[in-house]
Amino acid sequence: MTALTGSAQPGQDPRMRPVPWQRMAWVTWRQHRLMLAGVVAVLGAVGLYLLKTGLDIHHAFAVVTANCPPRCNSRQQAFGILATQYSSGMPGMILIAGLLQVVPALIGTFAGAPVLAREFETGTFRYTWTQGFGRARWAAAKLALLAVVVVVVAGAFSLVFSWCYGPIIGLPRFSALGSTTFDLRGVVLAAWTLAAFAIGALAGVLIRQVVPTMAATLATWTGLALATGLYLRRHYAAPLVTSSHNVAPSAWVMSQWWTRGMQFTSYQPASRFWTFQFIEGGWLLALSLLLIATTVWLVRRRAA
Amino acid sequence: MNVIETSGLGKRYRHAWALRECTLAIPAGHVAALVGPNGAGKTTLLNLAVGLATPTAGVVTVLGGRPAGSPDALDGIAFVAQDTPLYESLSVTDMLHLTRNLNRHFDQGYARARLAELGIPLGKKTGKLSGGQQAQLALTLALARRPRLLVLDEPLANLDPLARHDFMATVMAAAAEDGMSVVLSSHVLAELERVADYLILLSEGKVRVAGEVDDLLAAHRVLTGPAAEVDRYADLAVVHASRAEAQAHLLVRTGSADPVPPGWEAHPVGLEELVLAYLREPGAATLPGPVRTRDTQPSEATK
Repeated sequence: MTALTGSAQPGQDPRMRPVPWQRMAWVTWRQHRLMLAGVVAVLGAVGLYLLKTGLDIHHAFAVVTANCPPRCNSRQQAFGILATQYSSGMPGMILIAGLLQVVPALIGTFAGAPVLAREFETGTFRYTWTQGFGRARWAAAKLALLAVVVVVVAGAFSLVFSWCYGPIIGLPRFSALGSTTFDLRGVVLAAWTLAAFAIGALAGVLIRQVVPTMAATLATWTGLALATGLYLRRHYAAPLVTSSHNVAPSAWVMSQWWTRGMQFTSYQPASRFWTFQFIEGGWLLALSLLLIATTVWLVRRRAA
Repeated sequence: MNVIETSGLGKRYRHAWALRECTLAIPAGHVAALVGPNGAGKTTLLNLAVGLATPTAGVVTVLGGRPAGSPDALDGIAFVAQDTPLYESLSVTDMLHLTRNLNRHFDQGYARARLAELGIPLGKKTGKLSGGQQAQLALTLALARRPRLLVLDEPLANLDPLARHDFMATVMAAAAEDGMSVVLSSHVLAELERVADYLILLSEGKVRVAGEVDDLLAAHRVLTGPAAEVDRYADLAVVHASRAEAQAHLLVRTGSADPVPPGWEAHPVGLEELVLAYLREPGAATLPGPVRTRDTQPSEATK
């Protein structure tokens, strides 16, 4: 980042210090507080709902487990009883998790896309970029601050989600690696949110109009998320293959086939959850940093 | 010191050159007016000088050799862009804080005093201010930075006559007080006549005229004489000729000591008349100002 400030240019008065970085904290807060408040309000409301649902699930699960008949020793059976008691049940939980997949896309579209696109659309970049702070530093500071905030908010949300869904993760249709919950838990939700934000910021510099930038951000993020969920994620590690019929219900089954009267199953065991989390979180983080660096470079280079 | 100095400066947008082979030097301590028809390259030249645009060709430096757009150049220049963009959802107070936070110097006391004087309410959102108030706010934000060079792009375009007058009065007061240099572009010629003491005339992306207004006015005269004799003065540096029934008016480049041809009368020329004459004759050029390198354009006036 320091290389972008141009602080080592020849002919500069050595006594001249650039405007301190921390001044951008006030600027960013004042300009984006409504947007940040909106993000916190929406995710907070959903988080509260998850908190309440989670309390119900945890309570019901504890009751069912405690009153389990002697031969009932598996979580699955416990939840089978629970599912008949608990109103929303499994389909409801799947539906909610499915809806929450859009959280990063919404943050990217409504928080990331307008950050720079609006500056161009309203012409205010001609005011801001000619202040003493310097436009590359301005872009770097603003994007970094906002990125940290959306990552923290998404991370907190993902903690609530993980806690709420904790008791049912590992049941059939709720594999820890399955696409229903994988990208809402661990580090990956925050990473996808960061990626969506970075896509939005870069699209803003390239497109320069708010609404088209939002549409492009949504489309790009969706394409990337679908490609990852459908094609990429299964290749993070070579799947295990077994001829046993008793693949753990927590495993993510890739495919099954018959050879010489034997049924083979290839699967990713649930124990790979954190490996997969860090692989996906890692490349998303690298991609996001690259996109943000490109954005700052374009702000620095791009002619008005 | 030259506040803006360019050498062979050019800027090409996708299809066409907005500015070409622009070589000029605007000395410090002036209120310099950049005039020319729409599309002449005025905004492009100013954008290059404040670092919003990067040159396709040539060099532009500001404030005595600092690269345009560099941190120490931005530190000494305040720019008010066309249509005075402000964050419309922020209050006037927020714009003051914003500008203070983005600059090393900001004279909060001056800004507040001026806004109070102008009757601009601090709590109001900038989007709710009138056009004149927005322009005054943008100007106040720029002046409170105590710049050594103030650059204004078409500051008068959207203002009514009273707001124009108030706006330019503020600029002139600040220039007189701080010794700040001013470069402004405009096509409101009448307003410039009162304020500008340095003139740069651009047309079709090239510099046609550059110099101190007094020198330029002293170097031109209007000759009035019989229309039949116009062709005898082809050897004079005629910028523009207009014929009535029997009389012809020639705007010529000549010193006041030069002899007036017999049968002709000489009159001094006004700034607006001078600018219009050069705008009507895109081929004419005169560059008496302090130019860095020898100008490559033919300085022969044509007719």
